[in-house]
Amino acid sequence: MRKAIIKATESLGKALPLILGTILFVSLLTTVVPESFYTRFFNKNIVFDSFIGSIIGSISAGTPIISYILGGEMLKQGISLIAITTFLVTWVTVGFIQIPAESITLGRKFAIWRNLSAFFLSIIVAFTTVLILNIV
Amino acid sequence: MLQFKKISGTWFFFIFIVTLYLLLFFVNPNLCISSLVFFRQILIKIIPIFLLVWFLMVIANYFITPKFVFKYFDKKSANKWFFAIIGGILSEGPIYIWYPLLADLKKKGLDYGFIACFLYNRAIKLPILPAAIYYFGWKYILILAIIMIMASIGQGIIINRIIKE
Repeated sequence: MRKAIIKATESLGKALPLILGTILFVSLLTTVVPESFYTRFFNKNIVFDSFIGSIIGSISAGTPIISYILGGEMLKQGISLIAITTFLVTWVTVGFIQIPAESITLGRKFAIWRNLSAFFLSIIVAFTTVLILNIV
Repeated sequence: MLQFKKISGTWFFFIFIVTLYLLLFFVNPNLCISSLVFFRQILIKIIPIFLLVWFLMVIANYFITPKFVFKYFDKKSANKWFFAIIGGILSEGPIYIWYPLLADLKKKGLDYGFIACFLYNRAIKLPILPAAIYYFGWKYILILAIIMIMASIGQGIIINRIIKE
């Protein structure tokens, strides 16, 4: 057990500057970018908006609850549910800001492919979800 | 030069961000302080999660040996996906706090596909359900969750095919 404790402490200790650096970066972005920033990029075209939703979700960071609150507000402003769904999904599944941290710990190839596939999957997930929602 | 080489990439990243804050302090001190206040708020929230991750890592290091991982995750069964999905849904805190644990499991032989599946399922969070249902309705959230679980397995299979070791 002693070995397990030392190993776990060492692993987390090595990751600590990375974790603190990422939180500092996320804090800076969250403070700089106002909530109204997100709504000005959509233009009622479903395909275009779904890409924009994915891009904004990918570069955003924070707890998922913020994405649902922002998404709910966007919905009230008339933005399509497909675009909002891509935004919600990529908010957590794609981490543009976290790619350096992910690359260092899990490998660059994995980080790039995981984020890239999650980006495109978000569009498929959004279209499928809204399609089923309209049928059910 | 030798000393310079000893500094790891993680420290370079941290030093870069701290330098960014120092520059910001001279350019816009209010923005810098607001960001630091936000940083403090996040830090307070993640300390318990950080302790939980440390505890899980101790348990993982004690019980999960490469033999164990191969036994449960290398079989051609649905169990491996089930563990990755449930683990992802139940995991708390920011994504980057889980990287050390996942890197540790990777070293023990866990395939990248399951790590991808775990990370994808982190989008489905039980504590946010009340707010999510309030804004979008239970039908939408239920359909989205099912589609996302299916997508996470799809992504895991894609990642396993792309990154063959």
